Amino acid sequence: MRKKERKLIITFSTTVDAMAAEAACREHGGAGRLIPVPRAISAGCGLAWCGEIRQREVLLEMIRSAGILEEAVQELEI
Amino acid sequence: MIYLDNAATTMSKPKCVADAVIEAMGALGNEGRGAHEAALNASRVIFEARRRLAQLFHGENPRQIVFTANATESLNIAIKGILKKGDHVITTVSEHNSVLRPLYEMEAKGVELTIIPCDRKGRVRVRDFEGAVRGNTRAIVCTHGSNLTGNLMDLKAVGEIARRRKVLFCVDASQTAGVFPIDVQDMGIDILCFTGHKSLLGPQGTGGMYVREQVAVEPLKTGGSGIFTYERNHPGVMPTALEAGTLNGHGIAGLGAAVSYIQETGMDVIRRRELGLMRRFYDRVKGLPGLKVYGDFDTGERCPIVTVNLKDYDSSWVSDRLFADYGIATRPGAHCAPLLHQALGTVNQGAVRFSFSYSNREDEADRAAEAVKEILEEEESSLA
Repeated sequence: MRKKERKLIITFSTTVDAMAAEAACREHGGAGRLIPVPRAISAGCGLAWCGEIRQREVLLEMIRSAGILEEAVQELEI
Repeated sequence: MIYLDNAATTMSKPKCVADAVIEAMGALGNEGRGAHEAALNASRVIFEARRRLAQLFHGENPRQIVFTANATESLNIAIKGILKKGDHVITTVSEHNSVLRPLYEMEAKGVELTIIPCDRKGRVRVRDFEGAVRGNTRAIVCTHGSNLTGNLMDLKAVGEIARRRKVLFCVDASQTAGVFPIDVQDMGIDILCFTGHKSLLGPQGTGGMYVREQVAVEPLKTGGSGIFTYERNHPGVMPTALEAGTLNGHGIAGLGAAVSYIQETGMDVIRRRELGLMRRFYDRVKGLPGLKVYGDFDTGERCPIVTVNLKDYDSSWVSDRLFADYGIATRPGAHCAPLLHQALGTVNQGAVRFSFSYSNREDEADRAAEAVKEILEEEESSLA
């Protein structure tokens, strides 16, 4: 079984916001990818950005600069 | 075939549009319904189309672009979603049934309706909107370009009235989106309804609307959304609020490609060509004995449409002659704009509409003009 790692999970209220966040992170070299929202988290949209915890501020800056307000930011072992 | 029925639908789509649809049919899952690559591909393609449309219309952000099946659906959502009993709404005689019928429905439910008339060329005066506003006026709903005469409405001027009088401004851009610049912020447009398959050059079954932030529109449909699954009510966040059910991802892929094509080609280039073809045809037929042309040709700012009647001939007969003997496709009869037909006196005769697209050529406009001339002369000589 794959070892669980602690990750940064950023959730969104709509699919449009999740896609815009992905586009912003891709454009600015933000590491990570969209994943299904883990069951431990309650979120509006089923997509979440999964990244490295140490990049928390960088990723949030990229996302917010694109005019997207994340729904929540959490750290989770997945 | 010489296809001059582009106001009904543009038949010849750019190759990139067909390619995008075909590629999508082998690569897209369901948008917002999973995080595997196929679902994400759909979400990415649809998001990109939203982004491009928001850019095209200068909307605040892609969230404010809603996808629908066509302009009729968009207009139904808009009209039924903003009006309630006791409200007053203003529209014009130039409207298509996609505006009028939902308004009549709302009138039957207690909404007051004012319909602004036109002059003999089918023109609606901007100042008439100002005079029609009342204390309970909720919205102005009007078309940008008449599908019958091709006349354009000065959206910025009407939008200014709407903004000043604090009423919503809802525009039907079925004939103009993609070929005339529409800046929803500069023009004060609160809701813009468009179809994808006409001058936006996309597939049939695609359309949409822009809804200004803070404008609340009650949904026409509720159901699956991919988000907030455990909520009893359909989510109120845009664009999901107005997009229940699986979207037409394959069609939207084509629409997105079509918008890219327009942006890369240049809307000005496309418009100049279409208007040049229209003017070329118009200049060759105007003044022909027995020909009546509808609409305002004193201005260069109009849709690439020339609607005519030949003497008192049934427009269906003329259109059939054009196709059977010349291979020219036109639209005859009534054009889903009943009040404008009444105003122009063409209820019984209908009218023959020639409408041009970027894909048409000069020789096709010339051939069409020659055919009109021949039919007029031939019928004249047969009577002699």
